[in-house]
Amino acid sequence: MMATVNNMTFKFSGEAGQGIESTGRGFAKALVRGGLYVFGLQDYHSRIRGGHNFYQIRVADHEIYSHDEQVHVLLAFTNEAIAEHLQEIVPGGGVIYDPELQINPAALAARFVQAFPVPLNQIAMKEGGNKVMSNTAATGAAAGLSGFDLEAINSVIRDNFGKKGPTVVESNLKVAAAAYHFVREKYGSSLTFRLQAQKAKPRMLISGNEALALGALMAGCKFVAGYPMTPGSPILEWFATHSKDYGIVTKHAEDEIAAINMVIGAAQMGIRAMTATSGGGFSLMVEALGLAGMTEVPIVVVNAQRPGPATGHATRHEQGDLLFMLYAAQGEFPRIILAPGTVEQCFEAAYRAFNLAEKYQCPAIILSDAFLAHSPRALELDTLQLDVPIDRGELLSDEELDQLTERYQRHALTPSGISPRALPGHPKAIYSTSSDEHDEYGQICEDAAIRTQQMDKRMRKLETARAEMKAPLHYGPSQAEITFLTWGSTYGPLRSAVDILNAQGTPANIVQIMDIWPLPVEKVSQALRGAKKLISVEQNYSGQLATLVRAYTGIKIDGLINKYDGRPMSPEYILSRLKEVA
Amino acid sequence: MVSLKDYLSPMRPTWCTGCGNFGIWNALKKALVESGLEPHQVILISGIGCGSKLPDYTTANGYLSLHGRTLAVATGARLANHGLKVICTHGDGDGYGEGGNHFISAVRRNIGIADIVQNNRVYGLTKGQYSPTSPHGFVSKTSPQGAIEHPFNPLAIALAANGTFISRGWSGDVEHLAWLIKEALQHRGYALIDVLQPCVTFNRMYSYEWLRPRVYKVQDDPNYDSSDKGAAFAKAQEWGERIPIGIIYRTEDVPAYEEQVPALTLGPLVKQPIRVKPMAEYELLKQEYL
Repeated sequence: MMATVNNMTFKFSGEAGQGIESTGRGFAKALVRGGLYVFGLQDYHSRIRGGHNFYQIRVADHEIYSHDEQVHVLLAFTNEAIAEHLQEIVPGGGVIYDPELQINPAALAARFVQAFPVPLNQIAMKEGGNKVMSNTAATGAAAGLSGFDLEAINSVIRDNFGKKGPTVVESNLKVAAAAYHFVREKYGSSLTFRLQAQKAKPRMLISGNEALALGALMAGCKFVAGYPMTPGSPILEWFATHSKDYGIVTKHAEDEIAAINMVIGAAQMGIRAMTATSGGGFSLMVEALGLAGMTEVPIVVVNAQRPGPATGHATRHEQGDLLFMLYAAQGEFPRIILAPGTVEQCFEAAYRAFNLAEKYQCPAIILSDAFLAHSPRALELDTLQLDVPIDRGELLSDEELDQLTERYQRHALTPSGISPRALPGHPKAIYSTSSDEHDEYGQICEDAAIRTQQMDKRMRKLETARAEMKAPLHYGPSQAEITFLTWGSTYGPLRSAVDILNAQGTPANIVQIMDIWPLPVEKVSQALRGAKKLISVEQNYSGQLATLVRAYTGIKIDGLINKYDGRPMSPEYILSRLKEVA
Repeated sequence: MVSLKDYLSPMRPTWCTGCGNFGIWNALKKALVESGLEPHQVILISGIGCGSKLPDYTTANGYLSLHGRTLAVATGARLANHGLKVICTHGDGDGYGEGGNHFISAVRRNIGIADIVQNNRVYGLTKGQYSPTSPHGFVSKTSPQGAIEHPFNPLAIALAANGTFISRGWSGDVEHLAWLIKEALQHRGYALIDVLQPCVTFNRMYSYEWLRPRVYKVQDDPNYDSSDKGAAFAKAQEWGERIPIGIIYRTEDVPAYEEQVPALTLGPLVKQPIRVKPMAEYELLKQEYL
């Protein structure tokens, strides 16, 4: 049988506490070091030990943006893992497991799935002296079975265990090698799905959260406050890890309310400041979002969405907060909303959010989601250009303030709606501002005419900003039978689905909206004008982007593909639902 | 030389005639002048309520935030620019009710903020409901049969949360209150100044006439040791015929939060360049993902 080379999916599955995520990520990293492209999908329960978790790695020799539903090799650390995932394994695929698990090979054979028992625990004990290294044995076995390069596995072991000392590194290397050779000798080339390391420039394996944090750092973010909440908290942790080296202040606050108010306090003083949370935490921040709007303080808020309402599905995925972001907090005020859909867009959204927030002196929201936040993808090193542009907007310098001859007006009425900003501390620009409606000086004011003027001034910023917001992104042929509308990480699986459709002879393309608000109405209308059949693909119940687009452009969406079971869409799911809606 | 007129604002207070806020306002301005602080060197941060309007009536940097969120905003401001004196002025509802979690956290965090709580033991601006410091049985618009809850003891709670400067002032004695605020401004961490303040419209119970004969200064007693936590706890429980004011507890042995943050040893964050390292060092960050 002809071997399928460099196009397969591994699934590491077991209980929480068994190191599924770190093992999976380590293996994925080794694949990237071997010159291959990967996409990692993390799936776990809201518990510390037990349950049923998995880490899925799609690997290919071309760039990929998503997982899919086919599994070629399952690394099962529990019996449940096999019961749960056997149906996903393709005929000819296999399961690596420790014979201690007592698997019935007949159940596998019935589905043409090969059984690859490997004494992972024994190898870990014998070669490493500790059962905990059975994870390392599993990666060695996976590499051996697919014919991948052991040296790539070894290099990751050296990096991952280096901090624990040379003895730990050596033991793990021995374990990986033993499992690798055990599989090579016993199973040889039984598996027709193979991996072959390729020569390539070094690539990064980086998740949305990591790229977002990196983008914020490069934008000059110096203050990050937050309260841990999945899947937003890795951003706060990232900054805490890097704070000492890069001059950042991070604050694990008493609650989300404190976190955003601290960010507002820091930003009012002139610092680029950010908080990251998920929908429930964002709900608590809503009041302060309005404070930033009213006092025109530039802040950045990341909402890495998860299913709601209330506690929802704590560790899972949804895009149910789009319309909430648009209207969160009482009253009306300008805000910026960016919804990145890929890892590189996370990086871009982060620095743009700071520039836009300062330029328009208003809150900027980065609307991410669990799938995007957690999933690492292989990326060319030069995709992330770290030297990003920094635009602080109309920020008055000390020299400009020295020239002031009249009392400084923090909220001066201007045609653009943007009032030149002075930072507290300059003797010529002493001012107070208020969450109450205020006059040009920032002082509390109940005058009807001034209220109208200040509202008009603030809302003018929205119209000024609208002109700057980017047109939707386009993927696929310009003429198509089906145009898909989407936002956020759904772009990844949708891109794979569209590739399949085009390959099958159904011309299809994608319009992805990243600049959600203020919606660039003309540009969106332009992008959708030629669409023959328009289908919105969203990870929510009601089709929130479809609602938004119809409300502001008048364009009717022909069909919706939605999913709200907490698991991200796969290309297969999109194609199967397409048959129903098209 | 800075003088009181530097702090004069074109805005006139909307406070009722005889309001205790006037005494606090005057004491604060006096303390700032006597401390040699110019208006641009301080920021007054408040919440919502009658007392929280104080920054609007004072020429200084000011920020009027949300109800209860005063200390959280002030914490961010202090961490961003510890070159400025950060002073909070807010009421008992703001400080101890809606902002209770922030209060306990600010105390134990020992962040460099002078926190003046205008404690009139009633909700004034919303017209007379009971507050977290209203006494048990207090009859108000939301407790017509008398408040069932027992009052919050800010001094004892601040002590229990490891506060480092815990004091009580009285708006009827501007001299003493100004002294207290000056001491608080010199403190290296979080300084609580809980101020007894009559609300002449909605709280007839704690009038000037009721409070004046009762308050006494703990520092008048040469035997009172304000560094003795046990003695401070006992003093914090005292209420009734005799009410202690002054510095109930003080220790300078605990560093302020901001003194312990590595990034802030390079000076106020707001004075540091946008990027503190050469580009090549940031490029190294990418190596973490190879």
